[in-house]
Amino acid sequence: MSTTLEAGRGRGQQPPTPPPPPSPPAGGALRRSADWARRAPLLPALVFTIIVTQLPFVVTLIVSFMDWNAYYPDERGFAGLRNYASVLTDVNMRRAILVTVVLTAVVVLVSLLLGMGIALLLDRKFRGRGVVRTMMITPFLIVPVAAALLWKHALFNPEYGLLNGMLTTVWRLFGSDSPPQPDWITAAPLVSVEVALIWQWTPFMMLILLAGLQSRPLDVIEAAHIDGATNWQIFRYMTFPHLRRYLELGGLLGSIYIVQNFDAVFTITSGGLGTANLPYVIYQTFYQAHDYGRASAAGVVVVIGTIAIATFALRTVSTLFQEENAR
Amino acid sequence: MSSITDIGPVPATRTPEGEEREPRKPRAGALLGLAAWLIGFLFVVPVLWMVLTSLHSEEDAATNPPSILAPLTLDGYQSFFGVGTGANPWPSLLNSLTASVISTIVVLVLAIPAAYALSIKPVRKWTDVMFFFLSTRMLPIVAGLLPIYLFAQWSGLLDNIWLLIVLYTAMNLPIAVWMMRSFLAEVPVEILEAASMDGAGLLLTLRRVVAPIVLPGIAATSLICFIFSWNELLLARTLTGTVAQTAPGYLTGFVTSQGLFLAQVCAAAFVVSLPVLIAGFAAQDKLVQGLSLGAVK
Repeated sequence: MSTTLEAGRGRGQQPPTPPPPPSPPAGGALRRSADWARRAPLLPALVFTIIVTQLPFVVTLIVSFMDWNAYYPDERGFAGLRNYASVLTDVNMRRAILVTVVLTAVVVLVSLLLGMGIALLLDRKFRGRGVVRTMMITPFLIVPVAAALLWKHALFNPEYGLLNGMLTTVWRLFGSDSPPQPDWITAAPLVSVEVALIWQWTPFMMLILLAGLQSRPLDVIEAAHIDGATNWQIFRYMTFPHLRRYLELGGLLGSIYIVQNFDAVFTITSGGLGTANLPYVIYQTFYQAHDYGRASAAGVVVVIGTIAIATFALRTVSTLFQEENAR
Repeated sequence: MSSITDIGPVPATRTPEGEEREPRKPRAGALLGLAAWLIGFLFVVPVLWMVLTSLHSEEDAATNPPSILAPLTLDGYQSFFGVGTGANPWPSLLNSLTASVISTIVVLVLAIPAAYALSIKPVRKWTDVMFFFLSTRMLPIVAGLLPIYLFAQWSGLLDNIWLLIVLYTAMNLPIAVWMMRSFLAEVPVEILEAASMDGAGLLLTLRRVVAPIVLPGIAATSLICFIFSWNELLLARTLTGTVAQTAPGYLTGFVTSQGLFLAQVCAAAFVVSLPVLIAGFAAQDKLVQGLSLGAVK
């Protein structure tokens, strides 16, 4: 993977390197065998990962330049850039690219903001802090399909969902018999998917940011307090700069997971009502339409998009990684 | 980089809670605590609602306004497990268990030696290797799905749980390598060397020095790998059918509404999520470390 190497090299200073492997004066064969003894425990994992994760991508890349539809097995052949042209000009595919970007951006930004607010609240000492933290983590520990089913049937359902049920309750309290009963998923399909995902991902952001807040050097903040800095000044000039890399990390890791989201789209709208994102469309193109060439080209497009995000993500992780190792 | 982060080594964890600064205005502090409680409650309400609904009869589950105080019953769970419906979720639950547990064990067998070669006796360019592992986790699974499907078709491994086990192992290996490396890095190498010079046996060193540091790490790593495998849907749905179907795949049978079935859906969602809830709460302290691939402690 070229990204790996670039990210690895572009890291500025090397992290404090461990002492280099001892090199016996004899050099040559002896040293080589010592090197292999060091490498041996690493090799099974490395070889396994290369075969299972890298090989399929190479095949995807090759198939993306082919005409290949399982329904027309005789027409297999070289397609050049035709699959890419059709992916980038097809209305559904372009819509899917847009949906993927919007879905990822909205979910990541909103859950980051909520996560930061909640992390700041939880960083303070108050009665039952541990209980609140546990309550906050719970949504993340619901199996994604189960969470999507929960939102679809138990909360959003227009007839007996909890949201409309609460509207009825509140309206009856004020003596009205005609509460609004919107059909949430039909009225705002993409927002419905986003809400369900934000509910699951806010805890993730909150956990990372809370860990960031708790790694602040408290003595310096105390000193600033004594010197008369206001809470806002401390947040703006001390807490926020410290949190910035944790915000980046949460945002980037969140993006990587949510770009790939399949469960929520599949369950809540089944890709209908204009909510089909790229993973869903790729799944459909290959699993239902059996157009292997086009599905692969779309897959390559997702990979390119992900590499763009992942390069930043790797850089952020490596900054944190270096600090961790410098301790 | 800010000036704060440059200040020497900071303690990895915060000192005991008593040392935090006192809120200067107690009333504002109480209000903020209340706000935290309120928000925490809002986030947990859907889960509480799921559990409550799963314990209602189908008639009480589907009322508007909601019947919160309706009598409790296990009918929803009984229909999920097949009483009166003929459904049988057990094979899929067992498949999920098999796939998650075996892949987690294989992950550990591969990841622990790898992490050793990346921390205690590091190979050259060990950081490049770390970032290679990480980059494989960032590539979308969906982009490799077609070749995997074609391979499975060709080799007759479609609808075979072992294929999922191999794929889940590859999916979790990077996380496990990163987590295990960060735990092994805490093992004091000097003590290892001193112990071997003093003539302490390998087993003794392992038991007295390495185990106390590494065992909690192995536990946390396995719990997080278990959660990711148990949750996975896309691969399971594409590559399995009737024989090797997993629990999330079984849940997709509830995507379309089928008359009065809300209590059953909620029971199903809760039963399938229960192992993850247990594993997640057990790994609570190390959850961040796993989710951030070991970057945050």
